[in-house]
Amino acid sequence: MTTAVSILPEQQLAVLNAAYRQAVGRRRLRLLLGIAVFAAALLLAAVGAEVNLRTLFTYFGNFISYFDRILTLDNGQRVWTDVGEWLWGWRKWLKMLGETLLISYVGTLIGATLAFCLNFFAAENTSPAPWLRFVVRRLLEFARTVPGIVFALIFVIAFGLGPMAGVLAIAIHSTGALGKLFSEIVENADMKPVEGIRSTGASWLSCMRFAVVPQVTAGYASYALLRFEINVREASVMGFVGAGGIGQELVVAIRKFYYSDVSAILLTIIVTVFIIDISTGWLRGRLFGKEART
Amino acid sequence: MTRRQAVDTRELRARYPDVFDRPASARLATPAMIVAAFAILIYGLVDLDFSPSRFFAGLSQLGWISLMMIPPDPGSSLPIYLKALGETLSIALLGTTLAAIFALPVSLLAARNVVPSKLLRFPVRRVLDSIRGVDTLIWALVWINVVGLGPFAGVLAIAVSDFGAFGKLFSEAIEAADQKQVEGIRASGGSPLHEIRFGLLPQVLPVIAGQVLYFIESNTRSATIIGIVGAGGIGLQLAEQIRVLEWQKVSFLILMILVAVAAIDFISGKLRFAIIGRRAVA
Repeated sequence: MTTAVSILPEQQLAVLNAAYRQAVGRRRLRLLLGIAVFAAALLLAAVGAEVNLRTLFTYFGNFISYFDRILTLDNGQRVWTDVGEWLWGWRKWLKMLGETLLISYVGTLIGATLAFCLNFFAAENTSPAPWLRFVVRRLLEFARTVPGIVFALIFVIAFGLGPMAGVLAIAIHSTGALGKLFSEIVENADMKPVEGIRSTGASWLSCMRFAVVPQVTAGYASYALLRFEINVREASVMGFVGAGGIGQELVVAIRKFYYSDVSAILLTIIVTVFIIDISTGWLRGRLFGKEART
Repeated sequence: MTRRQAVDTRELRARYPDVFDRPASARLATPAMIVAAFAILIYGLVDLDFSPSRFFAGLSQLGWISLMMIPPDPGSSLPIYLKALGETLSIALLGTTLAAIFALPVSLLAARNVVPSKLLRFPVRRVLDSIRGVDTLIWALVWINVVGLGPFAGVLAIAVSDFGAFGKLFSEAIEAADQKQVEGIRASGGSPLHEIRFGLLPQVLPVIAGQVLYFIESNTRSATIIGIVGAGGIGLQLAEQIRVLEWQKVSFLILMILVAVAAIDFISGKLRFAIIGRRAVA
């Protein structure tokens, strides 16, 4: 089998080549320009953030030795040589961890319930009135853009120190985040069942209850479980501003330089986060099958 | 009408027994789960000292606070706040970029199709997981101990905690890449480095660029709060104004954060579309 390669005349080839070079050159120029703008932005940011490479290099040893210090007991031995001494406060820490988990659980459940109530008003296909949708959407946006810990700071002043402020802060933040995700699920739901139920003369509430909710519950539960994972992490730092949980112990240990306590508390937090991640992942797999979106 | 319906149900019952007579365990599973969930909720509310009187007292206090927030007013400290906002944006941009630069080579080590040996992949993944399990605020506290108070500690905190997240995301993107290109390069006699450079990177770079932009966006949010522990940026101002109960300034700062986040959302959304095209954005 022979293949014929058509050879263009010199003149035509030159024109095509020039056009090709020009196109490639334009793309290269745009890429270079993008890189230059990005580099300039980085440089500006470096000035703005007071980056000081000399400080970093001088003190980088501190970063390494910090881990060396938190892994050393008071008597100069490595922490794992005497686990009993290292985890001396495990009863207290487990109790605080339990509080952290409870804060995130209660916060997630309250947030998910509120989000469940609000999301039908925020979704494009189920909202009864456009102005209501606008208001609810802005409300949810506000709740998720303001960081949870800022809410916690304000709530600590209003409700006093303690886990109540943490729970409410997590609940509000979860309402905002879940409300958006939930309403996106509703927007993807099939509208035919809704029409069917409306044609029987049902009210808006019955339409939601019998046509939309059965379609979306699995997605809701999956997102709520995911949110719970995130909230466990968030609850672990709520104590920094006095809103309860293990963060309180951690910030005290870091500020007072109780080195081995820092590593012990960090270890308990990391292990807890692992366990929660793995078990919620397993639960999601059990409830919604392997192909459920993560 | 009613008579026909009765007949229909009986016939349907006979035809689909599993719909009408589900076993008790299947019928009770959902209510039982809901009851259990709310039982834990009640236990939690009691254990965390949620007394109604305290709750309503706090709510009225909160009402007062919101009233005092109106109107938002920066007082005479607007220049300081603008500088702090710039600091926050710088922290987010630098931290995310640093994290992405360091995470790319490490994520190759964590990807199944690049490193087949589980022996190497497993520890790399666990290290990434541990870094991710620790919140950004905790990293900020650690870095403050190392480089002192200020935004630099914030940059390093964001860089480290995002390193963990990027390592996982990038390695997932690499695992999802098409192997055919890599095989083609291997067939033409390319070295493993060539395979990565010409077979993998062109496929994953757009995905990675999208993720980095998305993280710059979400890190603007994180960067606003690491100031609360003293790592620079607008959070420092916010925490201070809340502590001294200057509520008008607090509401102004919150508004500034909202506007900044919205602006970053808008810009990075545009950029993401420009880089990877409309359909690839999940």
